[in-house]
Amino acid sequence: MTGQATKVLAVIVALTAIAVIVPNTNSFVILLTTRALAFSILVMSVDVLLGYTGLPSLGQAAYLGVGAYLTAILATRYQFGLGYDFWLVVVFGILIAAVLAAVFGLLAIRASGVYFLMITLALGQCAWGLAYRWNSLTGGDNGINLRGRPKFGIDLANEVTFFFLVFGFFVVSLLLMYTLVRSPFGRSLTGIRERELRMKILGYNTWLHKYVAFIIAGGFGGLAGVLWAHTAGIVSPENVVLTTSVDALLMAVLGGAGTLVGGVIGALIVFGLREYLSTLVPWWQYVLGSVYVLTILFLPTGLMGIPERIRQRQTLSGKREDVKEIAPVTS
Amino acid sequence: MTADSREPALELRGLSKSFGGLRAVHRVTLTVMPGERKAIIGPNGAGKTTLFNLITGILPSTSGQVMLFGRDVTKWPSHRRTALGMARTFQITSLFPKLTVLDNVLLAIQGLRRSKFVMWRFLSSYRELYDKAYGLLERAQFLDRKDTEVRYLSHGEQRQLEIVIGLASEPRILLLDEPAAGLSSGESSDMIRFLAHLDRSLAILLIEHDMDVVFDVTDHISVLHFGEVLEAGPREQIRHSEKVQQIYLGTA
Repeated sequence: MTGQATKVLAVIVALTAIAVIVPNTNSFVILLTTRALAFSILVMSVDVLLGYTGLPSLGQAAYLGVGAYLTAILATRYQFGLGYDFWLVVVFGILIAAVLAAVFGLLAIRASGVYFLMITLALGQCAWGLAYRWNSLTGGDNGINLRGRPKFGIDLANEVTFFFLVFGFFVVSLLLMYTLVRSPFGRSLTGIRERELRMKILGYNTWLHKYVAFIIAGGFGGLAGVLWAHTAGIVSPENVVLTTSVDALLMAVLGGAGTLVGGVIGALIVFGLREYLSTLVPWWQYVLGSVYVLTILFLPTGLMGIPERIRQRQTLSGKREDVKEIAPVTS
Repeated sequence: MTADSREPALELRGLSKSFGGLRAVHRVTLTVMPGERKAIIGPNGAGKTTLFNLITGILPSTSGQVMLFGRDVTKWPSHRRTALGMARTFQITSLFPKLTVLDNVLLAIQGLRRSKFVMWRFLSSYRELYDKAYGLLERAQFLDRKDTEVRYLSHGEQRQLEIVIGLASEPRILLLDEPAAGLSSGESSDMIRFLAHLDRSLAILLIEHDMDVVFDVTDHISVLHFGEVLEAGPREQIRHSEKVQQIYLGTA
């Protein structure tokens, strides 16, 4: 339990550091961090499915997309959501994404493993197809440009103010999802990840648990979308495309699936690498690709798994007889 | 079983299951009264585990009925059958390997409670749940290993924990699928003692290859052969049955 307390403390220190340091840097870093934090909400929602429930979803961009398009369409067509009604857009964004997840979930939750992956991929591509083809609503390939951020007492056009808004949403999302995964409901999701059949025999309606988790993850994806629309200032099919879903999944894996904050670290690293490297070398995508491959090959537990690995190595060299503790036990 | 007013805990009526042309289980009829201990024996491939999967709802049956405490549960999903008071263990240990012993038991206790849907409160704040888990672990002498991840337990320990988890939901009938599978003879007699100490009001249906376990724990045996009940009766009758010896010794 003390180990858990240390981890929580480390996260609090890291969050405080971000809140203190980032606003005092240049606008490039502020914008970059804002983007990464908004996207992190989506990554954490992917982690609730992948890391805690064992559902590898490849279609989460759809929920970000539906939240982002809703925000953009309301803002440009109806001038809605640019004042205090921004908070209503947040609620609508979460709800519409949750409803979409509820529909998609009916189709996807029946499958598991690689089949779940393929169904979510296909559904995600349907959402992308709509965004790309439904010109009159979504602006097709060009997307929708937002002409300004909301203003309500505070002016979100100001980068630092907007950063703190996104940071606030991010922290609240982290707290909510942390509570979720440690709750009785969240622990049952872990049980389903480990052995679904046993959970059924123990009296759990595993389908319902997975379905609810899928809807909740969709809702958080919608929230990420609302924030993303105002962060980027443009919403286009690129936000809904497969690559965005893959990014979210890989960031979660890079940081360490089943840790929540791992996905945030993954998002910060990938956003950072992408922005800095792309200004330095034309072959930056290879670097990013290699980072992913190396992580999956040599750090299957992600960056968050490193302290555990070091500890294991220490016990290994310390006590030779503990070797069997480290070897994977096949049952 | 004369004019007994009590309902059977479990009643199978002509239960059958075919996989394509293969009749895995064929017209099995069996009754287990509350507190009764019965065994199903039979050679490998006789359909024993398939029968358990039909009773617990993991597989749909082709025909026949499963009655649990007087209710027809033939079409029910597994989790609803569990809610009526049925529990089972698996032949191949199926615990949650990466969770601790305590977490395994907590999940098992929580299975039939409304609180499993609570998502705004930490699990660790449910004191009563933890107290119950500690109680179960203490009785099974697992308390000292409560924080060990299950994958690091020995095979024998995992087999015992499998039963502890089966008991966590306070079932009235427990289905044991080869509880002594893969155990050494020492561990096997531990298991017999463990099973013999279970509450007498608990009905048990046992599948087992280890005849010591079968004869020590149960008093009524059904012999399954090619999916059909070949013979059923008190253990002494089965022990001396020629047909049974033929199947097992292959002198047919």
